[in-house]
Amino acid sequence: MSATFTLDGKEVPFRDGQTIIQAAQEQGAWIPHLCYHPEFKPHGSCKLCTVTVNGRHMASCTTQATAGQVVESNTEALNDERRTLLQMLFVEGNHFCPSCEKSGNCKLQATAYELGMMTPHFDHFYPSRPVDASHPEILLDFNRCILCSLCVRASRDVDKKFVFALSGRGIGTKLIVNAASGRLADTNVAMDDKALEVCPVGVILRKRHGFAVPIGERTYDKAPISECPDYSPLPAKEEA
Amino acid sequence: METKRKLRVATTSLAGCFGCHMSFLDIDEHLFELVELIEFDRSPLTDIKVVGDCDLGIIEGGLCNAENVHILREFRARCTKLVALGACAVNGGLPAQRNHLKLTEILEEVYHTSPGLAHGLIPNDPELPLPLNKVHPLHEVVKIDWFIPGCPPSGEAIWKALTDIVAGRDPELGFGTLHYD
Ligand code: SF4
Ligand code: SF4
Ligand code: FES
Repeated sequence: MSATFTLDGKEVPFRDGQTIIQAAQEQGAWIPHLCYHPEFKPHGSCKLCTVTVNGRHMASCTTQATAGQVVESNTEALNDERRTLLQMLFVEGNHFCPSCEKSGNCKLQATAYELGMMTPHFDHFYPSRPVDASHPEILLDFNRCILCSLCVRASRDVDKKFVFALSGRGIGTKLIVNAASGRLADTNVAMDDKALEVCPVGVILRKRHGFAVPIGERTYDKAPISECPDYSPLPAKEEA
Repeated sequence: METKRKLRVATTSLAGCFGCHMSFLDIDEHLFELVELIEFDRSPLTDIKVVGDCDLGIIEGGLCNAENVHILREFRARCTKLVALGACAVNGGLPAQRNHLKLTEILEEVYHTSPGLAHGLIPNDPELPLPLNKVHPLHEVVKIDWFIPGCPPSGEAIWKALTDIVAGRDPELGFGTLHYD
């Protein structure tokens, strides 16, 4: 018999070493998350996956499952807190979805839809970070970066290239390109790098491929994110 | 027979594109139901010049100049509830993409240095409202009661939100009607 914990009152079996979010996803239960990706080590930065474990707030992507835990996720209080986190992410960047090529395929946007966010609520930061258009095929718009570090992890752990890194402190923390010039064109990034496909938002974009999918047929037009398997839409590798 | 008093509603477009008003008209035949429930005060659709006492003010567009701020304050003073309609009103929208440029440089380029301008001068008549240094969403200047996102919100979303409001509920949008794009 395998060990279980309860998630919102339902028994969830798990294997040794699994985190709460891993075990939950295996059962098809969606816990909101942005920086967690099943193929990578957890990062614990977005805090969207916060649940209560035996009454205490924990990030479910970094908390190991143990037998008998009482986990709550889909509660009004937790979803309120998640909406606040989403609002913070929206005002910290320039999320002008109407002109963003990732709109409809973006996990930040889809999660905000799922949690019914009607407004970003806080005062906007309106950051002004220059885009990097140096590479002939790839565009980077850093003003939409949520510092999830998925590109950093993918480049380091899968591509073995260290193309991206997080740098700076506090609100000054930003994504940088590891080249003496700081420009993507001066790295050994390649179009089939894993790092290019994991960005959950509209930072890493393939040039000249925007707006290819008709409205209504984009990933999160068809189903809410809670019903989608973990999906990281790429700047279309294979062009339709 | 008792008839319920109609809600008095004002609408305006500040730094908007009128797209939210067009989307409002996209509720199509619901407009006939709507005029049974509301009557319009100042609005681009009426000829009333100054906003009167209203139950509801619906505002599209963010704030990009002094006149926008003035009108918004008037709406806040006269309307019991205010709705920010559309992406521009909610977060500044695409016009706020000018926020990382210097205002003087924008004006210089548009009115002065662009090729093809004969004797270009930046307009300086006091009749014209001065642009704000940056574009702002409405809630950074006055309290907003409800937000309806979308660029524009669909007719369906607007109809759902309006019927919620008329029925005395907080407007709520769900899968399929809640969009930021
Ligand atoms: S990255 Fe996502 S949330 Fe941000 S502007 Fe693009 S679609 Fe909107
Ligand atoms: S660029 Fe994308 S993947 Fe990389 S840290 Fe920013 S949001 Fe995450
Ligand atoms: S998914 Fe757990 S903190 Fe981001």
